[in-house]
Amino acid sequence: MRNVKKSYKNGVTALYDLNLKIEKGEFIFVIGSTGCGKSTLIKMLYRQEKPTSGNIEIGGLDVTKIRNGKVYKLRRKIGVVFQDFKLLNKSNVYENVAFALEIFGLPKSEIHSKVMKVLDLVGLKNKARQYPTELSGGEQQRVAIARAIVNGPKILICDEPTGNLDQTTSMEIMKVLEEINKLGTTIIMVTHDTGIVKKLKKRVILLDAGRVLKDYPEGEYAHEVL
Amino acid sequence: MKFFRILGRNIRDSFKSVFRNFALSLASISCITITLIVVSIAIVLTYNVNNFASNIERDVTIVTFLDVDITSEETDDVEDQINALDYIETYRYESKIKISEDMMASSEVFKNIMKDWDEAESPIQSTFLVKVTDIEKISEVADKIRNIENVNSVKYGEGMVEQLVSVFEVIKNISIGTVIALIVVTAFLISNTIKITIFSRKREIEIMRLVGASNINIKIPFIFEGLFLGIIGSVIPITLTTYGYIALFNKFDGQIFSPFIRLIEPIPFIYYTSGVLILIGIAVGMFGSWRAVKKHLNV
Repeated sequence: MRNVKKSYKNGVTALYDLNLKIEKGEFIFVIGSTGCGKSTLIKMLYRQEKPTSGNIEIGGLDVTKIRNGKVYKLRRKIGVVFQDFKLLNKSNVYENVAFALEIFGLPKSEIHSKVMKVLDLVGLKNKARQYPTELSGGEQQRVAIARAIVNGPKILICDEPTGNLDQTTSMEIMKVLEEINKLGTTIIMVTHDTGIVKKLKKRVILLDAGRVLKDYPEGEYAHEVL
Repeated sequence: MKFFRILGRNIRDSFKSVFRNFALSLASISCITITLIVVSIAIVLTYNVNNFASNIERDVTIVTFLDVDITSEETDDVEDQINALDYIETYRYESKIKISEDMMASSEVFKNIMKDWDEAESPIQSTFLVKVTDIEKISEVADKIRNIENVNSVKYGEGMVEQLVSVFEVIKNISIGTVIALIVVTAFLISNTIKITIFSRKREIEIMRLVGASNINIKIPFIFEGLFLGIIGSVIPITLTTYGYIALFNKFDGQIFSPFIRLIEPIPFIYYTSGVLILIGIAVGMFGSWRAVKKHLNV
């Protein structure tokens, strides 16, 4: 990210002159108080929002230059997980995950093996036929993670994935995310939960009023007293 | 191969979606059903009115009266000239002898008066009964026949025919206009109903976009869904049209009020009407879905 600025039409500026470099395979947390620009930052990464000025490059691709009709090409390279899971309640777990592969027209057998593999990774192999409404919050979030990673994205963007979950369930989700990170996926996670951030000892970007207040290298945020 | 897999998946998913969102689908299907029934009634009425109009038009004849003292060579000459005219569909010669015989056979009074007439003193004129291919050209053709040598006069219900033609023309235009207006109204009505149902599936579209579905990927299942809604929605109107029209035809024995007003034979008419209904159903279903989903495709 180079000199990224985002102003909205109503005159509010969410981010000012943001410069950030995230390495391949990193796991970073983006934290800050409500309204500091965390969500805007993440939305620009998956091109839900466009910066007013500056450049965002992901794996050599300039996100800011992608036309609306071609955004899907970027989205196929990244996975996104949300606080509210965004699952299709009328489809079962298997269908929710398979959905992300079916749009590519993969053969059924390939879809099946990939879906079962990620469901195994998130610990939901035995719940493939259940519907989201029959699952706990933590399980639903794991389905969302499985869907986000099933086509092997290089980057996983998580927008408060533990926001709706209790402490124990949140830690389970974090374990799953760490596993995924170990497999080589870069993870960028926005969160309010400083407890989790301290425990995991990853790189932390602290945003305040649309600016990077501090960029903590791995493990340093754990000593921070807020 | 990949294309067919994607297509197959789209068809399967849209079919599933119709039933998974059944309450919403039912709203669209009912809307299609009701409007197609109205369209069907309009089509049946329009075609029957047009059929009635063209039956009458076909019956309109120019009666060409020849001079009383015309010779057979001169009659042949008139025939050749009529034959050479444009817009002539058929013509038939009736000699004064035949006409006299027919008249005498039809009534005792005529018989008593006409039995002693010999051919020379008979006031009856031989005629050519001419039918035209295009009723709108009837006065033009009649004028030309009138100018042929040895033609005494022509009669074709002047004034009345022109009026009839213009009335039928108006009826035709009104009915065609009504059907087109109904189809357009149906399309927008259905499109709005589908728009409401799709609005409730905004989330689904949002998720599709997030996992990397292109606009085409998103649109196609919805368009197929519109197609299925159209097909399902046209089942009742087609059944009603088919059985209703056959029942109507049988009840009135194929005619209404008088033998002049003949109904169109049910077969193949009901097949064509059913075909048109299903096509309209599919077209408006697909158009409605496409229009509705387009709104939600912003990034």
